[in-house]
Amino acid sequence: MPEQPPYDSEGAVAGTGMGGAMDLAASEATTLERAPGGPEGPQGPEGPGGREDAEGAGPAAGRPRSLWSDAWRDLRRNPVFVVSALVILFLVVIAVWPSLIASGNPLTCDLARAQDGPAPGHPFGFDGQGCDVYTRTVYGARASVTVGVCATLGVALLGSVLGGLAGFFGGTWDGFLSRITDIFFAIPVVLGGLVLLSVVPGNTVWPVVGFIVLLGWPQISRIARGSVITAKQHDYVQAARALGASNSRILLRHIAPNAVAPVIVVATIALGTYIALEATLSYLGVGLKPPSVSWGIDISAASPYIRNAPHALLWPAGALAITVLAFIMLGDAVRDALDPKLR
Amino acid sequence: MTIIDPTDAVPAPRSGDGDKTSPLLEVRDLHVEFKTREGVVRAVNGVNYSVDSGETLAVLGESGSGKSVTAQAIMGILDMPPASIPKGEIRFFGQDMLKMSGEERRKLRGARIAMIFQDALSSLNPVLSVGFQLGEMFRVHQGLSRKQAKAKAIELMDRVKIPAAAARVNDYPHQFSGGMRQRIMIAMALALEPDLIIADEPTTALDVTVQAQVMDLLAELQREYRMGLILITHDLGVVADVADKIAVMYAGRIVETAPVHELYKRPAHPYTRGLLDSIPRLDLKGQDLYAIKGLPPNLLKVPSGCAFNPRCEKAQDICRTDLPPLVPVTERDGTELPGRASACHFWKETIHG
Repeated sequence: MPEQPPYDSEGAVAGTGMGGAMDLAASEATTLERAPGGPEGPQGPEGPGGREDAEGAGPAAGRPRSLWSDAWRDLRRNPVFVVSALVILFLVVIAVWPSLIASGNPLTCDLARAQDGPAPGHPFGFDGQGCDVYTRTVYGARASVTVGVCATLGVALLGSVLGGLAGFFGGTWDGFLSRITDIFFAIPVVLGGLVLLSVVPGNTVWPVVGFIVLLGWPQISRIARGSVITAKQHDYVQAARALGASNSRILLRHIAPNAVAPVIVVATIALGTYIALEATLSYLGVGLKPPSVSWGIDISAASPYIRNAPHALLWPAGALAITVLAFIMLGDAVRDALDPKLR
Repeated sequence: MTIIDPTDAVPAPRSGDGDKTSPLLEVRDLHVEFKTREGVVRAVNGVNYSVDSGETLAVLGESGSGKSVTAQAIMGILDMPPASIPKGEIRFFGQDMLKMSGEERRKLRGARIAMIFQDALSSLNPVLSVGFQLGEMFRVHQGLSRKQAKAKAIELMDRVKIPAAAARVNDYPHQFSGGMRQRIMIAMALALEPDLIIADEPTTALDVTVQAQVMDLLAELQREYRMGLILITHDLGVVADVADKIAVMYAGRIVETAPVHELYKRPAHPYTRGLLDSIPRLDLKGQDLYAIKGLPPNLLKVPSGCAFNPRCEKAQDICRTDLPPLVPVTERDGTELPGRASACHFWKETIHG
């Protein structure tokens, strides 16, 4: 068995055409794939003695350490992870129960107070329609988180199943799928969104989620395909085959756990970019439409008044930026934990 | 998943020494090719060998001589394409495995024929505990529950002399030393007490003292279970202790076969002689170590005639034109030497001269 796979190591995870953050995600996926020894973990070579160090009171106490328990241990100590996880946790909570911290109704507006600055009970001031910016910013999290989470789940499932099968079986099916992903990559995201979503009626998040899944799966599919191809070369896969394991067992038990790390990392980072994409589409008027509450809509509505009432723009935009940043940082921390050699 | 009755897949049951008509494994005129961008690589060109129960066949050869490819063809784990088997038979208890369906072969793998790989670290899945991987054998082939499989895994680890097996069953491969990992590989291969084990350079990645332990263990377990063993190696020292017979491969062909001690005493092929002469010896301390000149041939363009001719000291014109067949080797007076054959035009000169 050749140690290096015959594939071009640069090419296993290809560029995505999704722009900056996605290329960042893809490059991280590549570095994850390049380190087959990664699973050894930081304590890898020290053998049985290494287990005697402070195990702490964690759930893994007294148990041998797998890649995942090592990664979890690293993550808990990583301040970047802790901060971004707390931000994300907070976002999820206010997405589910916005009334916890915002008592008002985002749709109750008073034109008389349009563009007013902060006032008692209205810390962020009022937007162009006289709506309370604080309440709308809090309620806007729901649309963003829903779109981000659902789209990421859809993309990750569809992409990793299709890409994983293509990478594992290869041949015609692989070639066919690769050409399809090429075609999808050729579709400009924003233009595609403008065209497709403008013809879809309704005012729910689901057309947006569907659109993101449709355009997003090829990216995960490529990464899953690349990492399955890399994992497939490993001797233990051949060993499993030599000991009589079936294809499905090899794929699920032996390849999937070794190939899933890049997918997790890219999906986490992608989640942030999907939230940004939702805001972009809503800003352009093809994502969510009023009376839905979304950061994109608010940013769009506030942009004409940026000189008179910058606060109406800055608060939702800031919330959006922090959310996207939190997910990208989380993905980054996860990558570091899964690939300790890179630090 | 149902429990697979071992008599299901192949008619002949495990027979201690009953059925003598067909050997445990017989490879006949096996050819394996790889299609590459540069052309067709003929990695195996008509290999014949056979192994009986309780017998150890050592397949010896340099890198690229086709010994591992032959083993992978027997296991049925060659990636096809790019590999293909244009010709040949691999008979297991008399049944040609190349004619079986993929599913039939899969059921044989692990249960009846198992393989030990060279590099135990890369052959064990880093994210699964060794207990899980050992137990997988029982779960896949016998449909045992997780718990039963784990008990069996501990038993096996004891069997291959891993200390504190019960405590270490949940450890991951990286927590074991190289020798212990190789023991785990051996345990995995032995799990279902197969009829045949193929060990592909099982000790290459180990240091010399551990090598000896692992080989001893393998030989002991083989005797105990009366398995056939194909030992693929390039280490003549390893071979001498455990093998019954030897097949020397060069450029995808067998160039010499012999019972183990015969071969060391009187090689009948210049290549074998070269290999033996290049073993460091204490009594020749201080002298230059002999080495066979040149490199193994590029399998894309194997030299015409005898593939060894460019490196052979005895090469004559006939070696460059005619491919020598594998012929039985006899004593000077014509008495047969059982099990011996050589593919050299000048075997007489080599063995007797």
